[in-house]
Amino acid sequence: MSKRVGVEVSIAAADAVGLCDVDVVAAYPITPQTHIVEHLSELVAEGHLDAEFVPVESEHSAMSACIGSSAAGARTFTSTCSQGYALMSELCYIASSLRLPIVMAVANRALSAPISIWNDHADLMYARDSGWIQVIGENGQEIVDLTIAAFRIAEDPKVLLPVQVNLDGFTLSHMIEPIMMPDKKEVKKFLPPYKPQLRLDPANPVTLGPVGMPDVYTEARKAQDEALKSSKAEIVKVFNEFGKQFGRKYNLIETYKSEDAETIIVTMGSISQTAMTAVDAMRDKGKKVGVVRIRVFRPFPADEFFAAIKGAKNLVILDRVTSFTGGYISGPVCLEIKSILYDRKHYPKIGNFLAGLGGRDVTDQNFVEMVDKVAASKDGGVPLAYEFINVRE
Amino acid sequence: MAKETGIMSWKSLNLGIAITKPGCAADLKTGDWRSMRPETDRKKCTKCGQCYIFCPDMVYSKDAEGYYVQNYYYCKGCGICAKECPVDAITMHQEVE
Repeated sequence: MSKRVGVEVSIAAADAVGLCDVDVVAAYPITPQTHIVEHLSELVAEGHLDAEFVPVESEHSAMSACIGSSAAGARTFTSTCSQGYALMSELCYIASSLRLPIVMAVANRALSAPISIWNDHADLMYARDSGWIQVIGENGQEIVDLTIAAFRIAEDPKVLLPVQVNLDGFTLSHMIEPIMMPDKKEVKKFLPPYKPQLRLDPANPVTLGPVGMPDVYTEARKAQDEALKSSKAEIVKVFNEFGKQFGRKYNLIETYKSEDAETIIVTMGSISQTAMTAVDAMRDKGKKVGVVRIRVFRPFPADEFFAAIKGAKNLVILDRVTSFTGGYISGPVCLEIKSILYDRKHYPKIGNFLAGLGGRDVTDQNFVEMVDKVAASKDGGVPLAYEFINVRE
Repeated sequence: MAKETGIMSWKSLNLGIAITKPGCAADLKTGDWRSMRPETDRKKCTKCGQCYIFCPDMVYSKDAEGYYVQNYYYCKGCGICAKECPVDAITMHQEVE
């Protein structure tokens, strides 16, 4: 039986990993991910979780140990963010290319410099092209559910790719929320034991990670790209089964009052809750506004996204990262969306706003301003590329 | 002679391009990297086997007469054999094809 508890989201995420009967956790603590790793080490030390906790000396070693344990056939988890992700990123590309179903929680944090321990999506976007499946949660319940679903998705024989579960640092990781925690029996029913297709086994030797000469590298990349592409259908299946068993149904793209909306705000992560509050207030004043939230960023659900926004005249697209295009090209989320729209010959007015950088608050009033700005703009009224929100001139 | 591998559809690659057959590197034709080819002058050769010992890629093998012969399927033309040959029987020649 699931039990409703009041718990910090990081602790709940670690408990969810414990419920998944993980075999190996190799991780290095970094703010604001620390509580996740700390709690997992407690669970192991106190005998609640029968797993190896590897206290490595860096994130580079963390992902190296994860690759080794996953390649040996163990269910493997790690967690990091920001500079830690940057240090382990070399190995992350290898984990996905070797098709290892590692699950990693990323407590999203800004990248230095200046040093910032606070929340934005710099690490999420740093990982964008790494070949990992990327899911983004909005609240604590979703983080618990996505973590459990992540193991099932990653280990699906048709997927076999690592999965990143993104939770906003502090604004989500350090919140105490009411969460329905499933019990071990329920999770066991949903998540069968991991059966690796290929693993390091002295009785049946294989080579993982060999050199790929020019005559095979293109084929290797094509095969990996196809794997990520076809994972979308399996993610939907896993979300559906999760919904059936636990009663909480997740979609690739989530919508809020968007059906008749003239202006749609496009968000990812916990900031969507502020956006929904703003939408309620604007609806009260007769403005037709809605929210479309991207839950799965890789593989990008282009068709589902397009279906959700095609009725809108205006799009307010949030990017929670500076990707330094020199001001000539949009932020990464907007870039994806413009690409989808161009392919479908559909051209709403778009305002791309860089908001909530390095922990800066984004208020519901900010959303009202963004919506009004795009709605009132004629061609050229909103900067073509992007605009910083809340920047002091 | 081993058959050339690596020329295959992306659909037939193992998961994560894992190699499941031990020793299959022997199938890879690596001799086509070579720009200089070692050749042995049998009039000078004393069959001492230094070329066989020093070759980093096991290109040399002994024939029926006791001479050490190169396998150009693997030889990358590094020239170590020519350098080490105590009687200068091995010389390097530009590949012309």
